[in-house]
Order: sequence, then structure tokens, then C-alpha cells
Amino acid sequence: MLERKLLNCTVAVAALHAAVAFALPASADEITVVSFGGAYQEAQSKALFQPAAKALGITVREETYGGIADLRLQVKSGAVTWDVVASGSGSAARAGAEGILEPLDYSVIDVSTFQKGLYQDFCMGGDVFSTVLAWNTKTYGDNGPQSWADFWDVTKFPGKRAYRNSVAGALEPALMADGVAPDKVYEVLSTPEGLERALNKIRELKPHIAVWWSSGAQHAQLMVDGEVDMVTGWNGRFDVAAKSGAGVKYTFNQALLDYDCYAIAKGAPHKDLAMKFLAEISKPEYQAEFTKYITYGPTNVKAYELGLIDDDYARKLPSHPDNAARQLPIDLQWYIKNEAEASAAYQNMLTE
Amino acid sequence: MSAAARETAPYAAALRADDLRERRTLFGLSLPALLLVFVTLVVPVGWLFWLSFLSDAGEFSLEHYRRMASQASYLRIFRTTFEVSLITTSLCILLGYPLAYLLAQLPRRIAALCMIAVLLPFWTSVLVRTYAWLVLLQRQGIINGWGMGLGLWDEPLPLVHNMSGTLIGMTHIMLPYLILPLYGSMRAIDGDYLKAAANLGASPTRAFWTVYLPLSFPGLAAGAAIVFILCLGFYITPALLGGGRVILVSMRIATDIELFFNWGAASALGVVLLLLTVALLYLASRVAGFDRVLGGTK
Repeated sequence: MLERKLLNCTVAVAALHAAVAFALPASADEITVVSFGGAYQEAQSKALFQPAAKALGITVREETYGGIADLRLQVKSGAVTWDVVASGSGSAARAGAEGILEPLDYSVIDVSTFQKGLYQDFCMGGDVFSTVLAWNTKTYGDNGPQSWADFWDVTKFPGKRAYRNSVAGALEPALMADGVAPDKVYEVLSTPEGLERALNKIRELKPHIAVWWSSGAQHAQLMVDGEVDMVTGWNGRFDVAAKSGAGVKYTFNQALLDYDCYAIAKGAPHKDLAMKFLAEISKPEYQAEFTKYITYGPTNVKAYELGLIDDDYARKLPSHPDNAARQLPIDLQWYIKNEAEASAAYQNMLTE
Repeated sequence: MSAAARETAPYAAALRADDLRERRTLFGLSLPALLLVFVTLVVPVGWLFWLSFLSDAGEFSLEHYRRMASQASYLRIFRTTFEVSLITTSLCILLGYPLAYLLAQLPRRIAALCMIAVLLPFWTSVLVRTYAWLVLLQRQGIINGWGMGLGLWDEPLPLVHNMSGTLIGMTHIMLPYLILPLYGSMRAIDGDYLKAAANLGASPTRAFWTVYLPLSFPGLAAGAAIVFILCLGFYITPALLGGGRVILVSMRIATDIELFFNWGAASALGVVLLLLTVALLYLASRVAGFDRVLGGTK
């Protein structure tokens, strides 16, 4: 009896093998990667996706999408065609908590030389950017405001400010300006009083905030046009603006360190291969190559140590150890837990 | 039954049959249009209603409406939305009525040429026109540059990234929607009525107020209703020219979807906006006459 069962099992397994062998050859060595398009994806494609495909001997199909909401539709309708998904760290964290991403296997992906905090259960950091304080050099010269306290100091630095119109990365500077030590910021923000304290600090500055920006393109344009004198925003955008002749400088001091990342869609058709693909593109050589196309830093610190990035250039990247040490890494756990509530309070403050 | 009636009875029956056939044919012909409206309007709006009553877990719930009632910001956003729409509509009437009147008085050929000036911006992308206003109105923009260059004012005027910038941009983009129906209805006014008024001793002003204005009112009401309704859902222009300080319902809908993937919350906002709009139009129609507001030119 037992033998029969075993035999049946063996037959079944053999049949399964045969089926797999017949079904997969066409697509087994192919994965689909989805990202945001534009200059960003072009850099990814040239520095990461296609070289990694070559190294692994597979085909990487690339698609573009609008954001995690698109992935959610795929997963909810049970028709997942994407394997690897590029995303912002916050969206990925929420998507992971929501259950539309596969947990990553860090025995396959080597993150031992990654900067601390730049990988999480559901996504692996791909590049690092900073939310910095930037200023108009026509108004303040080369030595502009250097801290969030300066950003709030309207007597020492009179002028118009621009600030973000949504809560992500908007509360931390307010608390630092109010005298909270960077490493205590999220602790304070986790209490209702702390949240209110941050909001009150922003209310205090509100009369001097001329624009509440909603996109990276917008805050870069504000500086190109000289519409405001001081702004919060993403460092890469200001580099581009400065290159095109805008009088803008920024400091990494007290900036918020954040990252873009790669995740695997829940129910991805080629999950295991996708995992190997992520292991490949997380290697320092790839990450160093990526910085040549766009001014975002590597998440793998070893990329700096290999000497593949020109030293002067490396010092301008957000994740360079010298720069990273002066910054506060975004706490994604805080956002997963509190963003909805904090956002409601922030939107309420904006309409006051 | 008289002889005449007996004679016409068969004809009457034939006429009725004809009439019925014609009605059926017309209904058949309009069926594609009716289907189109059903598929593109009734079904999506019905779905919107349905979604707004679903919780995140997919059960029937009023949570989205309760949240709206409990947070003061929603009330402020709705108030701002109606305020902005009302002011924009008023500005469009103030600017558009005299312009349409002028166009209606001109010979048709010249009026057609002038109409190009009205329509040309109408055909240009809203995004392009909005950015153009940004270039004109900003701190180091053209208007402030000239004004300060000529010594008219010393400090740059805050023309954009606030309420005034929003109103300027929205009025400019909405103006053709008012002028087109208004111009149509003014063109349809028979000049003899005004001559008759003058003949009866009315001054030109009197003739305008008692004859011309009431006759042009249907076009004005239709144009104003279109402008007002479009303003309520306007997104791009207030988002760019308001500098984040003028927050309208449309922007909040976008925020709710981007941040929380929350179709229900966004749908509930849409439903409330729709119901408020219908209620307001109904009120307006009670005051001005229903067919006038919704019927366009008569």
C-alpha cells in the first residue's frame, strides 16, 4: 500500500517535472521589471538592468508604471505580470505591510555592506537621495542657512520659503528647528503631543511660506525662477537646476536621508529569478556605475570603497559616508504606523 | 357623427400610425446616444456612489462620510471650492458680457475675426496657458519686472501662488465657456425689438435693461452654469497657481488616492460635490427658471 502511494507520488512528481520542463523554457530565463520611466529609468536600464541581464544570461523586459496603485490593481485582480518593481521606500513599506509584495530573501541578496537602514523586509535600497535645505544664492550668497533653525529664523534670514504640501519629510525639520536632537525626532513624533508640536512649529512659519510644493519638478523650478529664497527638496533636482544656471545651493546638514528601492510583486511569475536579479544589481560595481548617469548615491557603501566613483563626485552624493553622517535617515516604521493620521492633521493645518 | 368627421376618421388613424412610427424611428436613432450616455455617465456615477459606501474591508459603511463630517478641513475645502467657483463665474460674467455684447454688435465678418481671438486660447492646452500665467505673474515675472522697472511699485506684488493668481488663471481659462453660448443667444436677438423699444420712447439704457438683457439671459445663464460647474472640478490651474495655499476638492481627491489608495474616500468626496452641485443648480433654476439655466438659447 505504502509503495503504491510512493509510486503515485513519484509519478506525480515526474509528471510535474515534465510539465514544468515543457511550460517554462520560453519564459524561465526572462523577467519583467517595472519602473517610473524618464531619465531615471534610462539610468537604471543602462547601468543596472541590461548589464545584469547579460551577466545572468537572461532577458529583462522593461515596463513603466505610475506607482504602487497600479501594482495593487494587478495583485488584486490576480494577473501579476511584473516581477521586479522599482518604488519609493515609503510606498514600498506600505505596500509590503498591505501584503502586495513578496518578502525578500537576504540569504540570496547580500546586504552586508549596505548602509544601515537602507533595506527592509519587502524592499532593497537601490539609490539614495536626500531632502535638503536649499537656498537662493542671489539672496543669501554662498553661505546661506545651514540648519532647520536657520530655516525658521526669519529675522536672521528674511525671505520667502517654500515647503512640501504633504506630510512626508515635512515634520522632521520642524522638530529639529524646535530644538529636538535628530536621533530623538521619531521618538517625539510618535506621541500625539510631539505631532502637535511639529505642526505648531510649521504654523509659526506659515506666514513666510509662499508656496507649498507638490513635486520635485516644481521645487526645482521655483529656484530656477527665483520665486522663493529658501526651500526644502530633493538634492538631485537642485543639482540639475544649478547646472542649468540657477543660483541655488544646498546643505546635507540635518537633511533627511531617503532611498528608492526594488521589490518583488506578490505572486510574481519568476520570483526566484527576480531574487537572483536583485542580488546581482545590489553589487557595488553596478551601483557605482548607476551614479554616473544620475546624481543619486549608492546604498551599498562598498561602491565608494572600490574607487569606481571619482572622489570629488562621490563627495556630492547623498550617501557618501561624510554626508550620510550629518543626516537623519527616514524611519519607515514610523510612516507605516502614523502616516495616515499625520497626513490628515497636516492637511487640516494646510487649510487653516 | 357628422359626415365630415366620418370622412376624416380614417385619415386621423393613419396620421396616428405615422406619428407612432416616426416616434419609434426617432427613438431608434437616438438609442446609440442614449447607450453612450448610459455607459459613460450613468454606470460610472453609479459605481462612484457604490464605492463611497464601502469600507476598506469591502463592507457597507458610512465611514468615509463620517470622516468628512468629523474633520474641519473638509468643510473648509468645500467652502473654498464654492467660493473660488462663484468668484470666477462672477468675474467671467463681468468680463464676458460686455465682450459678447461688442461681438454681437459688430458685422458678422469682423465678429468672426474677433472670435478667433477668443477661441485661439480656447484651443491651446490648459497646462500651457497656466504655465504662461506663472511666467507672467511670479515674483521675477514679466508683470512685476515691468511694474518695478517703471517705478509703479517697489516691492514685487504677490500675484501668484495665492488666491489672486488662482482667480486670474481660472477666469482666463473659463471665459470662452461663457462667451460662446452668450454670443449665440445675443446673435439670435432680433434688432427690431430694440427699435420698437426706442419707438415707444425708451432710452438706450432702458431698452437694454428691459429688452436686451432679459432676451440674452438664457445664454448668460447657460454660460454661467457651465463655468460654475467646470470650476468646481478644476484641478490643474488652481493646483499650479494657488501655490498649495488654495486647496480645492479636486486636489483633496488626488491626495486621498495617491496617499491612501483610498477609492472610497475619494468617491465620497465626489458624491458630496456632485450632490451639492445638483442642489445648487436646482436652487438657481427655481430662481431663474429651470429651462433657462439648463436649456441654453431658446
